[in-house]
This record gives sequence, structure tokens and C-alpha cells, in this order.
Amino acid sequence: MATQHSRSAARIMMAPAVILLLGWMLVPLTMTLYFSFKKYLPLRGGDLGWVGFDNYARFLSSSAFWPSVQATLTIVGGVLLITVILGVFLALLLNQPMWGQGIVRILVIAPFFVMPTVSALVWKNMFMDPVNGLFAHLWKAFGATPVSWLSEASLQSIILIVSWQWLPFATLILLTAIQSLDSEQLEAAEMDGAPPVARFGYITLPHLSRAITVVVLIQTIFLLSIFAEIFVTTQGSFGTKTLTYLIYQRVLESQNVGLGSAGGVYAIILANIVAIFLMRIVGKNLDA
Amino acid sequence: MYLKSALHAATALTVFASTAAFAETITIATVNNGDMIRMQGLTDDFTAKTGHEVEWVTLEENVLRQRVTTDISAKGGQFDIMTIGMYETPIWGKNGWLVPLNDLPADYDVDDILPAMRGGLSHDGTLFAAPFYGESSMIMYRTDLMEKAGLEMPSAPTWDFVADAARQMTDKDNEVYGICLRGKAGWGENAAFITAMSNSFGARWFDENWTPQFDSEAWSNTLNFYIDLLNDAGPPGASNNGFNENLSLFQQGKCGMWIDATVAASFVTNPNDSTVADKVGFALAPDTGLGKRSNWLWAWALAIPAGTQKEAAAKEFIQWATSKDYIELVAENEGWANVPPGARTSLYENANYKDIPFAKMTLESILSADPNNPTVDPVPYVGIQFAAIPEFAGIATQVGQEFSAALAGQQTAEEALAKAQALAADEMEAAGY
Repeated sequence: MATQHSRSAARIMMAPAVILLLGWMLVPLTMTLYFSFKKYLPLRGGDLGWVGFDNYARFLSSSAFWPSVQATLTIVGGVLLITVILGVFLALLLNQPMWGQGIVRILVIAPFFVMPTVSALVWKNMFMDPVNGLFAHLWKAFGATPVSWLSEASLQSIILIVSWQWLPFATLILLTAIQSLDSEQLEAAEMDGAPPVARFGYITLPHLSRAITVVVLIQTIFLLSIFAEIFVTTQGSFGTKTLTYLIYQRVLESQNVGLGSAGGVYAIILANIVAIFLMRIVGKNLDA
Repeated sequence: MYLKSALHAATALTVFASTAAFAETITIATVNNGDMIRMQGLTDDFTAKTGHEVEWVTLEENVLRQRVTTDISAKGGQFDIMTIGMYETPIWGKNGWLVPLNDLPADYDVDDILPAMRGGLSHDGTLFAAPFYGESSMIMYRTDLMEKAGLEMPSAPTWDFVADAARQMTDKDNEVYGICLRGKAGWGENAAFITAMSNSFGARWFDENWTPQFDSEAWSNTLNFYIDLLNDAGPPGASNNGFNENLSLFQQGKCGMWIDATVAASFVTNPNDSTVADKVGFALAPDTGLGKRSNWLWAWALAIPAGTQKEAAAKEFIQWATSKDYIELVAENEGWANVPPGARTSLYENANYKDIPFAKMTLESILSADPNNPTVDPVPYVGIQFAAIPEFAGIATQVGQEFSAALAGQQTAEEALAKAQALAADEMEAAGY
């Protein structure tokens, strides 16, 4: 048991690391807050003074704000749905004994190691291009008119690209969870005459609920700030402007640091709302 | 005693200054265009002549713009030379962010730089950036397809002729599209093209009181004409095509006509890259008879950010890279078709360059562009395919997204223009116009 003396020694020794970490997180956050109350236009002479909540009001009343929140949530929701459902399916498949299992598993995980910009470029130019893309050739082979994926089904296309990248992550977590499932339970159910669907619904899925929660929570955190895929493919056109992209546009393209910082604060608030919401609904599983 | 130490100090300073002047390493931010990559390959010549080393930061166009803009506005000091364009130069020059280039030596021959380039790269008559290459835009067309359609391209066509020819050349079953134009959103992509096009239709971005003009009939005519033309005779997915995508389509033989930067001429006529290299003709960008053509004016230029510690070495580099000697050096190594075009008058007087098929049309296009009087009606801004105000890039990118969505069929031209008008008015009001 630690004495009071050793506890305070530990505190002192940990202090530099704690201060460093806190500073590392707090300095950018404080600067974002500071700039969000200023009229800061680098191309017009920089700091033009305090403006109170003007930037917040302008960011919220801009016609691009609500569509961007909607696009963000649609992408997050769409990707979660696809990765969780397909992830469970793939994890079940990969758990079956098969020839070359190790290689198959590595191949399934491979997309996760491809950089987002690279994968977006490959999808855009090699698959979805309406003239030279693989899909266009497929469509033509069946006598159909090629689809301009990124402009006609822009949001869906981005969801597809991002899902492709995140599916390995979901599969990996879910596969690990499935492997920890006690096979005796399943065998007992089978001997009692439970059909495969019932065995999946009453035993496997409840067992996976914690893993699914982890997948949903971690993916949500990353997907809320999705950027590279949009930058490379549509650059925010055709209704694919997410909140992150809108902030980027305000700060770097419009060179309005104050307005963009106010957007950054909104993004933090939105992320927290989503996180609290998720914790309340699915996070209960983590307590068990 | 005092004098002696002062002399010592002065000597030490002189020695320090002269050694510093000799062995500098300068950092240059540049764009990943073919001409700049070529310049990097020839850097050894500069090092051999001056002793200075060069470090390159080569970036894609959009990324370069953001990096250098952020660096200079935040006084980051990462670069000793920046590659910037006609849009940035006058704005940054006015802000005092660039080193003036009005003390270049006589043998550099500033007067040889084309007047349009000098004008676009100056503020209040002071040159702030030296053009590495200059460009306008023109029509590049397939002579064989034109012949097949039974038409002959005039050297200065109208939009009606171009649209008619494009529709006749289109053969969608064989993947031949009459016309390829920029549709990808961005102030340097579709907004640049459509803005230059709108000039020939009598439209303008702002009136003399800085009120946006997207609610005008001229803008409606421009955008509807552009969308109809691309829907009838453009490639599928045109709303995602920028300069590079269209270049690739043209080189594959899938475009009948392409209206874009004059520098593309050397790419489409290069037999190593282009399947149609020997079948390309050139003509001036079209007009509608109102007195303005739809060609733009641009220069990629080298500038020195104020506050750099290596100003002298940076100036030496700029003199090397934008000189007549450099043009000769490229010609010697890569042939005359690959020299950086559009910056110097002497290039177009050079007997070796006159045989290049696109030389004459490039010069004519550049000379016909006037950034000080870009539109039919008077405007308060400078710039043909842009308005040289700090807010333009942000507004035009959003406007470009509305245009792009209209081209993709997600909204009508009228809806796109109404949104463009609203967001431009909003941004201009917020900026205090």
C-alpha cells in the first residue's frame, strides 16, 4: 500500500507529463476559442478586433451550415450501418475453418492500411470514372449507360469509399469477439434443435454487442472528422460538404480564421452531443 | 582604440556577409506542373553558376496555394521563393508581403517581359513577381474530326459556331465527345473557365459598386449555354472534370474540342503522351460579337516573401529561372517545344520558336487579353477569370460548386445563379464592401 509520501512523490514525477499533455490539448483549443471571438482575416491585415458572438451567428445562419451537419450525420450513419452489418457477416465467414485462412484474413484487413487519399484517388479514377472507370465498362458490357457516380450519387459514393476503408477495422474487432465465444454454448443450442438463425440471434449477436459498441464508438469519433476522401473526390460539391469541410473552406479558402474557428467550436459541441447520445444508448453495454 | 575595434567588427561583418552570400541554401515552393519539374532537373546549372543550393517543396496546385498563403499571412518564413499567380501577386504586393523586383540588372531585360504579364504581376507599377511562364486560353481541336463533320474552324470563331461544331462532332457510341470543358468545382477550375466565358457573353462578377451580378440576364445566358452544350456534346461526368481530366480525355482522342490553357498545347501535341498529336489545330477562344473573347490570362511567377534572410540569393535564382538564358538552356536540353512559354517577347521573335505550331496562337491569345478591362461593361476589379480581391477565392469556390451541381443536373441554372448571388452578396457585405 502506498504511503502518503510515495503518493506525493508519484504526483510530482507525473506532473511534467500531465502538464505537457494538457498543454498539448488545451493550447489549440484555447486558441480556437480565442480566434472565434475575433475578426481575423489574414489577407486583410490580420487581427481586426473583437466581434463578440458575430462569427457564431454568421456560421450558424450561413446557408451551408445545416446541409453540412446533415451530410456529416448521413455519412457517419451510412458508414456505421454498412461496416457493422457487413463486418458481422465477414467475421462469421472468416471464423469458419478454411484453406489459406491466414492469407484471406490479411487480404480482408489490407484496405485499412491504404492511405485515405490514395484509396479515394483509386476509387475515383479507376472505378467510378464514367468514361474510363471499371464500373463504366461493366455497365457498358451490360448495355447500360454508365453512371457519373461522384456527381449523381455523390454522398452514396463517398459512403461506399469510406466503408471500404473501415470495414476491415470492424471485421477485425468483431472477429476477435467471435473467437472468444464459447463453442460449447453453440453446440448445446444446436443439440437442443435451435436453427442457425436463432443461434445467431440469441447467442452470437448478444455476445457481439460489446464489440459492436466499441466499433460504433471508435468509428463515430473518426468519421465525424472525415475529410481526405471528400477533398480528393468532390471537394465538397454535390451536397458532400461535411462540417469539417465547411470549416476548412472558411479558414483556408475564404481565409476567415475567426469564422472558421467558430465553426470549429460548433464541431466540438456536435461531437460531444453525438458522443453523449451514443454513450447513453449503446454505451450501457460497456458497463456489463 | 574605438576606431580599431569598429574596423575589426566591420571586417568581420564583411567577411561574414560575403561568405553568407556565397553558400546559401534557398527553399522554393512550387507547383507540380511539367515546366517546374523540368526547372528542378536543371537546378545544377544554377548551383554551378552561383554556388547556391536549392531545396524544392513541390506541391499540387491547390495545396501549394493554401500552403504559401498560410505561410505568408502568418509570417511563417518557410520559403525564400514562392510560386504564385496573377491573383495573389497584386494583393500580396499591396499588403507589403513581397520584395519588390524593381532593381533587376539591365541584362535581365525587364522590358522584354510581355506587357500583359508585367501588368498582372505588378501593384501600382511595381513588379512583385517575375513570370516563369504565362498563358492564355484557346481552342484546341481535332482537325480530322472537324474535317469529317464537313466544317472548317475559323481562326477567331463564335460560340454559336463552336457549339454547332461540337454537336456535329459528337459520337457518343464511339466515345467521342464534341467538347470538353472544365466542370470540376473550384475557383481555379470551373469558376475560372465560366468567368472567362461570361465575359464574352457580356456578364461580370460585380458592378462598379461591388454588387454581385449573378441575377443578370447575361449570366443566365452564359450558364444555360454552358450546361446545354456540355449535356449535348460533353463527356459523361463533366462536372468532375478539371484541367487534368480533360487533358487526359483529349490525349486519348475522346474530345473534339477543348478550350483551356495555352500551355496544354505542348502536351496534346507531344507524340509520347498524346494519341492525336498530329491532328490538333488551334484557334482563338470564342466570342459572341460583344467585343470580348472568352480567353483568360495567367502567369505562374516567382516571388520573394518579405522578411526572408536570403533575399540576395533568392533574387539571383529568380533572375536565372526567368531569364532568356534559361529558355536557351531548356531548348538545348529538351527542344524548343518545351521551353516555358508566354513570358518574354523575344521568345516569339526567335526563329527557332516560330515553327512551333501553337506559338502564334498562344501569343495572339495572350495579347488579346486585358486584365484591366476584362468585361464588356466596366468593373472595379482587375483580372479576367478572377477578381483580384482577397475574398474572391472563397466566394468563387462556393459559386463553382453551385455551377458544378447545376451541370450535374442537381439544380437548374437559375437556382444555381440565385444561390451564387445570395452567397456572394453575403460574403461581400461581411467583408465590408
